[in-house]
Amino acid sequence: MSDLFYDPVPGENSPEFSVTEISGAIKRVIEGEFGHVRIRGEVGRVSMPRSGHIYLDLKDDRSVISGVIWKGVAGRLATKPEEGMEVIATGRITTFGGQSKYQIVIEDIRPAGMGALMAMLEKRKAALQAEGLFDPARKKKLPYLPEIIGVVTSPSGAVIRDILHRLRDRFPRKVLIWPVAVQGAACAPEVARAIRGFNAMTPGGALPRPDLLIVARGGGSIEDLWGFNEEIVARAAAESEIPLISAVGHETDTTLIDFVSDLRAPTPTAAAEHAVPVRLELLSWVGDAQARLGNALTGRLDRSSQRLRDLARALPRPETLLDGPRQRLDVQSDRLPAALIRSVQIRRVTLSDIAGSLRPSLLHRATAAERRRLAALAPRVAPALSRSTKDRRNAFEAISVRLSSRPISADLGAKQRTLADLTRRLTEAQSRRIDEVKTRLEGLDRLRETLGHRATLARGYAIVHGDDKVVTNTAAAAAATAIEIEFADGRFKLGSAPTRKRNPKKPPEQGSLF
Amino acid sequence: MSETAVDEMSFEQAMAELEQVVGKLERGDVALEDSIKLYERGAALKKRCEAKLKEAEEKVAAITLNTDGEPTGTTPVEGL
Repeated sequence: MSDLFYDPVPGENSPEFSVTEISGAIKRVIEGEFGHVRIRGEVGRVSMPRSGHIYLDLKDDRSVISGVIWKGVAGRLATKPEEGMEVIATGRITTFGGQSKYQIVIEDIRPAGMGALMAMLEKRKAALQAEGLFDPARKKKLPYLPEIIGVVTSPSGAVIRDILHRLRDRFPRKVLIWPVAVQGAACAPEVARAIRGFNAMTPGGALPRPDLLIVARGGGSIEDLWGFNEEIVARAAAESEIPLISAVGHETDTTLIDFVSDLRAPTPTAAAEHAVPVRLELLSWVGDAQARLGNALTGRLDRSSQRLRDLARALPRPETLLDGPRQRLDVQSDRLPAALIRSVQIRRVTLSDIAGSLRPSLLHRATAAERRRLAALAPRVAPALSRSTKDRRNAFEAISVRLSSRPISADLGAKQRTLADLTRRLTEAQSRRIDEVKTRLEGLDRLRETLGHRATLARGYAIVHGDDKVVTNTAAAAAATAIEIEFADGRFKLGSAPTRKRNPKKPPEQGSLF
Repeated sequence: MSETAVDEMSFEQAMAELEQVVGKLERGDVALEDSIKLYERGAALKKRCEAKLKEAEEKVAAITLNTDGEPTGTTPVEGL
């Protein structure tokens, strides 16, 4: 029995705690002992819930300790902790009695030295590069002469002054300054917001949208410039639809925004130089162009008029053009009458030559020759006709000899014999068929006789008829007016009287029959 | 020749076309009639360039932000 519950052992006097009591005692010891510690370690898993607090693990190769950064502290941090970052966290250790846990409440956390910071930047850079944000193809062309330049920088200080001075020297423009903090925790969100804000403006609106952005900051320590290494700034710059020049720090400083901007200027002054051309140079160029334009046209006109003069000089005088033809006309006119006369003479000679040979005897000669030809041919007409007729008659006779009735009559005789033969066979076949049918018919009739009722009658049976119907029962017999009995050798009438047929239904009359 | 209205051109566009026009005219390989048209176009382009260069007014303003960081308007900036 004594094993079942705690039985104070005599002499044992250590105190007895409740769980809460011991938990509170541990909390007091730990918080007293570790009220302010600095821990160096690598950031493990980080979670940032909506509440704004940051929960993370700090670890080294063997141990891990949970940490929490309360919302108020988290907002002030210069560097947000990222997984894998080597950090030094400052804070106090506290316990969490409800779960038997302890953790560090972090008051400040920062990268453990420059190396850790740069390592983190490299990692970030590699990630953005992998996304293609540094792709040269993404870079937009700067406008040659922007109308409005948006400058994201501190409104006071040397940077904006440098930019405005240089713009004034080159080409005074409209400038919109979006004031931002250029260092500290507010820097990155404000710069990102300014870039997005300029992009959100509408061209020609109440706040006119710039067509070029300059994001600028003077030189400083790497910590001072750190805001421009933040991812939100780099992403805002990459998303900007307005071409963007970055000019952060001195020439040797390169921040993340420089990789995504459309142009990286080494200094704010250089940014202004890239932003606008030199007005005076342009004015002189325009003047020059005007002069060239005038000279070119004048030259063109001079050359044309010179050419015109040259060509005009080469043109012959109109009179000289006509001289030759006029002379030819004169010569030809002189020759024309003589030529006409000669032509008529030649034709007249030809006519008289032909007319001379045309005489009546010529016609007679021709007629006589034709007449002789007719006389020679005429006697040959009759013999030729009779010879032709004779030839055709001979041909006709030759054919008519071959035309005879003998073959036809021979054929006719043969066919008549065939017909007589067939007629005879038809008659024979017919009478044979009739005999056969007659024999069969007699056989069938005999069969009919044996099967019919007459044969039965011969065996002594009789059929009763009444009023021409066969009577098969007594009722029908009583109704009938006349009864006949048929035997094999004929019918026997039972007292039939033709006069009584008029009243066949009278019983006394019927009764008298018996 | 492009048909863009000269009055709507940016300085850069006008300058580029002016350069082209001058070059064409200087080579002298255009018909006389066309060269006069080119000259007129060139003169208009030059006028546009000059007008754009005359708009060289400096006006600096800073954006005013409300407590949420949203822009509310501008305030002139002097003396920088």
